Amino acid sequence: MIYILEHYWRAFLYTDGYQMTGLAMTLWLLVISCAIGFCLALPLAILRNAKNPLLWGPVWLYGFIFRGTPLYVQLLLIYTGVYGLHFVRETPFLAGFFRSALNCTLLSFALNTGAYTTEIFYGAIRDTAFGEVEAGRAFGMSRAMLYRRIIIPSALRRALPMYSNEVILMLHATTLAFTATVPDILKIANDAYTATYAPFDAFGLAALIYLCISFALIYLFRRAEARFLAHLAV
Amino acid sequence: MNKFIAPALAAIFALGAALPQAASAKTFKEIKFGVDATYPPFESLSPSGEFQGFDIDLGKAICAELKVKCVFVSQSFDGIIPALQARKFDAILSSMTVTPERAKQIAFSSEMYDEPTSLVVKKGSGLKPTAESLKGKTVGVEAGTIQETYAKTYWQPAGVKIVSYQGQDQVYADLLSGRLDASLQDSVEADYGFLKTSKGADYEFGGNATYDPKDVLGSYIAIGVRKDETELLKKIDWAIAQMHKDGTYDKIQSKYFNFSIYNAEAAKQTP
Repeated sequence: MIYILEHYWRAFLYTDGYQMTGLAMTLWLLVISCAIGFCLALPLAILRNAKNPLLWGPVWLYGFIFRGTPLYVQLLLIYTGVYGLHFVRETPFLAGFFRSALNCTLLSFALNTGAYTTEIFYGAIRDTAFGEVEAGRAFGMSRAMLYRRIIIPSALRRALPMYSNEVILMLHATTLAFTATVPDILKIANDAYTATYAPFDAFGLAALIYLCISFALIYLFRRAEARFLAHLAV
Repeated sequence: MNKFIAPALAAIFALGAALPQAASAKTFKEIKFGVDATYPPFESLSPSGEFQGFDIDLGKAICAELKVKCVFVSQSFDGIIPALQARKFDAILSSMTVTPERAKQIAFSSEMYDEPTSLVVKKGSGLKPTAESLKGKTVGVEAGTIQETYAKTYWQPAGVKIVSYQGQDQVYADLLSGRLDASLQDSVEADYGFLKTSKGADYEFGGNATYDPKDVLGSYIAIGVRKDETELLKKIDWAIAQMHKDGTYDKIQSKYFNFSIYNAEAAKQTP
């Protein structure tokens, strides 16, 4: 254990001397993919509530595909599959983007969490109390303003508990990153394990770090819920 | 009383002194090699049950140089050193890498061969397994191998980008897709697992990694004998040297490999 701490503490936390690794890499994956997923999910959730099937159909299909297949498979398809396509390698922009393992990982993580987040927001928007909408209409709000002032703020607040769950699940999903050679916490734990053959020390340390992140996230979401959901408190 | 005991003791001593000589004299009529025949292309059993492979051919050549009969004895690898100590055979010929722990128990011949660590590159790229040649390039290795340690020890500090993969097949996949400029692995694995397959047609060996002052890649492969059999060891060493001189070794090598599996440099470095 002391050997692992001595030799791998830096790699576990932020760098192996050449690139970002470990905790820093895991948090980077989590924050960026959740941020992109969030930005993706908000407009898609609104489209998903549209009456026109041409609008909600594609969003439904996106959710169906990305929630219906394992993230591992999606990662392999995007990392190994897409870069293997001829036209991708011929197009400089696409080639540059998909050549990077980190980009591929972030893309697949973001698309995956985006699909789940869309579904969460879609449900929250759908369940907006009609009285709130009616009140907005009575004020003469346009549809856009109704969404901006009433529906979205209300829906996001109510989605918070579900969303915090999704973020924590996403944290656990980042352990797949090494499939695409991205050196996250688990990769460093693997290195420590092959160097020492002490599984409980190496992976136990990784588990401990994940536990700390989970608790920090839970704490932050609790604080947020206490603040934003105060009006719903019984 | 004394009259009776003294000649008896003398006889016993004479017998005791004669025994080892008899044993060693017998050794040179035939050499029994212990082999774990589960490791092609080095040693395996043919469908008809005969020993075959690179090691077996080398063993036969050694016997031919020494003009003795060759006998191969099947023995699983985990019990091969105890079986040697128990005199089930005279020498171990089974792709055994020299390690300090093994060297405490048995004696090793000079280098038979070395499964070198090799760079695989695209044909015509001209890349060599040196830090200068690979600077700024991306090299793939399998996580947990000595090759990963090698690349991270010598190349990464010199500005070569090293990417670790979960499996060797993924390394080849990314070599094919063009994400990697080269890959570093065991040469026999690369030859049989990639270069000799249809996928590896556009790729070739960029050379063996020989620079290893910190001894990351470990030692060579040799024949093991019991520590008291110095005479036999001398004969085997002589036969190995002789095979290199008269070209027998190269002939056998080219039958199995399209690269040099003998690494004299590493042999000299290892004490």
